[in-house]
Amino acid sequence: MSATNGQMSAANGQPTLSIRGLHVAVGDVEILRGLDLDVPCGEVHALMGPNGSGKSTLANALMGHPDYEVTAGSVHFKGQAVLDLETDERARLGLFLAFQYPAEIPGVRVASFLRMALNARRSEEISVMAFRRLLLDKMKMLKMAPRFAERYLNEGFSGGEKKRNEILQLAVLQPDLAILDETDSGLDIDALRIVADGVNTLRASNLGVLVITHYQRLLNYIVPDRVHVLIDGRVVESGGKELVHRLEAEGYERYEDAVSRQEA
Amino acid sequence: MAVTSVDHVGLDTYKFGFHDDIKPVYTSPKGLSEAVVREISRQKDEPAWMLDFRLESLRQFERKPMPTWGADLSRIDFDDIHYYIRPQDRQARSWDDVPDDIKSTFDKLGIPQAERKFLAGVGAQYDSEVVYHSIREDLEKQGVVFLDMDSGLREHEDLVRQHFGTIIPNGDNKFAALNSAVWSGGSFVYVPAGVSVDIPLQAYFRINTQNMGQFERTLIIVEPGAYVHYVEGCTAPVYASDALHSAVVEIIVKEGARCRYTTIQNWSSDVFNLVTKRAVAYRDATMEWVDGNLGSKVTMKYPAVYLMEPGAHGEVLSIAFAGSGQHQDAGAKMVHAAPDTSSLITSKSISRNGGRTAYRGYVQVLPEAERCRANVECDALLIDDRSRSDTYPYMDIEESNVTIQHEATVSKVSDQQVYYLMSRGLTEEQAMALVISGFIEPIVKELPMEYAVEMNRLIELQMEGSIG
Ligand SMILES: Nc1ncnc2c1ncn2[C@@H]1O[C@H](COP(=O)(O)OP(=O)(O)O)[C@@H](O)[C@H]1O
Ligand SMILES: [Mg+2]
Repeated sequence: MSATNGQMSAANGQPTLSIRGLHVAVGDVEILRGLDLDVPCGEVHALMGPNGSGKSTLANALMGHPDYEVTAGSVHFKGQAVLDLETDERARLGLFLAFQYPAEIPGVRVASFLRMALNARRSEEISVMAFRRLLLDKMKMLKMAPRFAERYLNEGFSGGEKKRNEILQLAVLQPDLAILDETDSGLDIDALRIVADGVNTLRASNLGVLVITHYQRLLNYIVPDRVHVLIDGRVVESGGKELVHRLEAEGYERYEDAVSRQEA
Repeated sequence: MAVTSVDHVGLDTYKFGFHDDIKPVYTSPKGLSEAVVREISRQKDEPAWMLDFRLESLRQFERKPMPTWGADLSRIDFDDIHYYIRPQDRQARSWDDVPDDIKSTFDKLGIPQAERKFLAGVGAQYDSEVVYHSIREDLEKQGVVFLDMDSGLREHEDLVRQHFGTIIPNGDNKFAALNSAVWSGGSFVYVPAGVSVDIPLQAYFRINTQNMGQFERTLIIVEPGAYVHYVEGCTAPVYASDALHSAVVEIIVKEGARCRYTTIQNWSSDVFNLVTKRAVAYRDATMEWVDGNLGSKVTMKYPAVYLMEPGAHGEVLSIAFAGSGQHQDAGAKMVHAAPDTSSLITSKSISRNGGRTAYRGYVQVLPEAERCRANVECDALLIDDRSRSDTYPYMDIEESNVTIQHEATVSKVSDQQVYYLMSRGLTEEQAMALVISGFIEPIVKELPMEYAVEMNRLIELQMEGSIG
């Protein structure tokens, strides 16, 4: 548990996201069981763990999905307690989740949706022309064809297109902290590189990132400042980027053994 | 053809429909009788054949049973309705009589003051008279007639007599019979062969109280190779003092011609809206009904296209939105009476807050109408568990060599969709409204721009305060 404490004094100063003793249940089942984590602004943290360890549960609990019930613990974002906020309020505060499985919204064009979302977090509406420029600029960065903006949101998108569209939204909305939930799955190697370049560009402008993955692949391109291992609803180890390679070589077995010993 | 006589219609004549100030103020007593029908015809100074048509229609109305299917019409009290109010008398209502919810919707939609009074049935004068005037001059140069039906009958009697009541006979159904007996207002449109009218003809331009009457009667004749888009209604709520609106629209689309008829209906929530719309399309002609039903207590409306000759094509695109206490029973009818004809019905309905929608469709293929293609797609969206949607797709196919497709879906706005949109900063209401506007997008994109914008705005308004 104390593994995360050292980050408080990290180069970029204040933790932008600070999670303490978080317990989350879905239905009757407790999935997160006392999770602690800090992500300072401008840093990239990786959260790695086997399937079913609770990675997406954490992402959804942070974003305020109504099915995920927080039973104990606290979450602060930019100094503000967020657990009582609605999902949209958290978003407007600067929290962003790139979904593992984004929803399809038939009939709603990517461009018009994004303009609405951008206006939702601005005090003054962006002009149509300025928005157009911004959107085309970000699409170019992600090597997306302009006509993509006229497609219906996620409808009929390939797995890779959906992921790239999530990163496009991230680039346009410019939140303070982005959670990328398995953004690498479904991307071929070229797309992976493009998406990683995009995230690295945003990272330079003080974006905090929590990269959720269970493979090393993406982390070769988005090199994390810190790595956390999630097993069975708890962070069991945190370390530098070298941890990625060890996990890749050894897998999660030893943690799982430790956890089951502890529980026995 | 009496097209040239359009020149004789002075604007003053037009503006009030009646300009004989000596006539007494006239509002028919409540209830329907032969005397009332005779008086309407006399007030309008109509030819004898029209009076006969009205009287015969009254007899049909009295004989016809009430429809026993569709929505509940038992609350209509035919004895409690004024069947005719002279246009200038309608203005007597004062702004103070207009319900508050309608006033506040005008505020939210940003409707200009002058228009509000008109829409609320308070005033007849409206700035667009000027707009209409200049549009009409352009149209006249092309030989296009665009008049209210009463003026149409006066100025183009032969043309009207030849077609009036031929597409929808006065005995077609009880409400068509009622309209035929007491009709007033509506539009008369005539487009000469080969003329393509490049702006939508909006009843809205030609505004006076008449065309918003309860018993409008519209006749549109599109000669070979011509094109016209006619638009009626508006998205702002229309406040009616009498609770029955029963219009009849007849359209004739001749060889190679195309007609699109767009309606946006947003009657106040106490109105029974029972409309009969039918078109005939001849060789290689295209008829398109685009129909949006937002308001009213009950709507029963099934625009029809009779595909009379090879190559004819018919389309109905409809949206129905039912909220609390509303029942929108809408659909389409396609009759394939000739080989190689095609039709497309796309219906989208949204029910929320206990509202009820139904798609009621009828596709008929007559014997020997070979190689016809008919496509029906109806999608219903339910916003909550209290609301309801039904589908009644009737098919009567008497020819085997045809291609018929039918697809029906019922869906709900998913929590996942709302959550996803909210995670980008949209409020729950905005998220709901966006999913709904996406659902009807395929139809809204067919609307004239300003209507599309208003339509989406209106759906946002409908969703406001609806989420607890
Ligand atoms: N909405 C849900 N309903 C029921 N069970 C869920 C739901 N979400 C997650 N779970 C369960 O919680 C556990 C953790 O899931 P998840 O957070 O998706 O894991 P990960 O993303 O690490 O693979 C799994 O056992 C999964 O079945
Ligand atoms: Mg997951």
